[in-house]
Amino acid sequence: MATFVFLYFAAVIVMAALLVVVVRNPIYSALSLLVMFFHVAGLYVTLHAEFLAAIQIIVYAGAILVLYLFVVMLLNVKREEQFNRQGPVALFLGVVLLTEAVLLTVSRGFTVGTPSPGREGPAVGNTESIGELLYSTYLFPFEIASLILLVAMIGAVILSKKGIMESQ
Amino acid sequence: MFDTSIKLALTLSQIGAVMGVVLLTVAILTLLERKVLSWMQDRMGPMEVGPYGVLQPVADGLKLFFKEDIIPAGANKIMFSLAPILVLVPALIGFAVIPFGPNWTIDVMGVEFKPFVISDINIGVLYILAFASIGAYGVILGGWASNSKYSLLGGLRSAAQLISYELNVGLAIVGVLLLAGSLSLVEITEAQAGGFWNWFAFDPVPFPQFIAFVIFLIASVAETNRLPFDLPEAESELVAGFFTEYSGMRFAFFFMAEYSNMILVSCMSTVLFFGGWHAPLPFLQAPGTFAWVTGIFWFTAKVYFFLFLFFWIRATLPRLRYDQLMRFGWKVLLPIALGNIVVTSLLAYIFPN
Repeated sequence: MATFVFLYFAAVIVMAALLVVVVRNPIYSALSLLVMFFHVAGLYVTLHAEFLAAIQIIVYAGAILVLYLFVVMLLNVKREEQFNRQGPVALFLGVVLLTEAVLLTVSRGFTVGTPSPGREGPAVGNTESIGELLYSTYLFPFEIASLILLVAMIGAVILSKKGIMESQ
Repeated sequence: MFDTSIKLALTLSQIGAVMGVVLLTVAILTLLERKVLSWMQDRMGPMEVGPYGVLQPVADGLKLFFKEDIIPAGANKIMFSLAPILVLVPALIGFAVIPFGPNWTIDVMGVEFKPFVISDINIGVLYILAFASIGAYGVILGGWASNSKYSLLGGLRSAAQLISYELNVGLAIVGVLLLAGSLSLVEITEAQAGGFWNWFAFDPVPFPQFIAFVIFLIASVAETNRLPFDLPEAESELVAGFFTEYSGMRFAFFFMAEYSNMILVSCMSTVLFFGGWHAPLPFLQAPGTFAWVTGIFWFTAKVYFFLFLFFWIRATLPRLRYDQLMRFGWKVLLPIALGNIVVTSLLAYIFPN
């Protein structure tokens, strides 16, 4: 049963991810991305990571992708302008990534290791355990991440205020 | 296998019951809104269908059902049909985690069953927020697929508005989550037992969440696209915004979604800030087996109070301008919500319960 559910999610994720880049209409490709986010969230739920699943939908589907759609609609891209001359770069990157995937598969084989059982017992929900891990073991990466976000925020403010500051 | 089928049957009947009540409430609300608005404006409201116009929702429903379903020329047919569903489903799916009555577990033929909540999951609040954010897609796509300037403008406005105010809804709730120490709506309600002074909106120790409640209320009015934040569908400037081109049942879907969202938001205010099924004074709560009667009564009473508040706000306030809306959301509500989190967490640390 679990394998069947996993295969379903995995198949849809791969299909939707392909559609994102293959489909010509940018609105459709944004929607395929939405389908993909949902199935990734479903995968998290089957792994008993409900908190991650909810955050996945709130952050990616609820905020980021809505902004994508917003921009796509505002730009109103014409058919001809969509396809830039990125063929050679895409080919190069594709070959590199494909080689990497093939090498990894060959070196490790197709067997999937059984996931190690989670550290926390059933008494602690996964929201609590994520919180505890973030503020103890992973405190430093967590702080670095918040610093990076702060820098990005200041950068965005500076960029949008540039015109105003120059005119003064 | 037998256990699974019983569980399935119980859950399905529960879902059916909740959906029935919610959709019935939607029907009642359509009448109630018109009546309440009329009384506030010194009019009678609908009076023709049935005594005092009480059968008006039936007439409205029949009318919408038999109207011709028009898909405008040049519209994107798939997206045009998908959008109303994308709006309605997230609005209804949130009710799965709302506890309507006491947190009892009864035993039906060896299967544990909670009669007053469909599913008590440990991330209830996040679940509702996640699906609330999906509702935006229906609005945006509906506006885009209609192939109409007014609809597109309405859709774009709503995208900006929903993203801005979602943040405030989420931040306003954080204070409550800090005090309750849980994301499960059942546990949040149980943390508020024993009288109105224990409700998070009033609880003096460590910090009353009344400010957070006001922010939550304002932001959720904006989230449900109700006046004074109904810019996505502003009648006087955008005809009807994102659903200008919709007619018949597709229009009814948008309409039902708006009212279901109102009910959902009222349920959330009740659960998060006003004690859910708990009575305001301990002696108003029936003891023992009849606790569910008073539980459901108080829950319903609180929800209807908030629904009335929605109508009241609509009758009182004029619509904001777009720049006012954005400035208010980002420069007024957001700092207050963040300040509330800082103060609440400090005080909760100093005075732990």
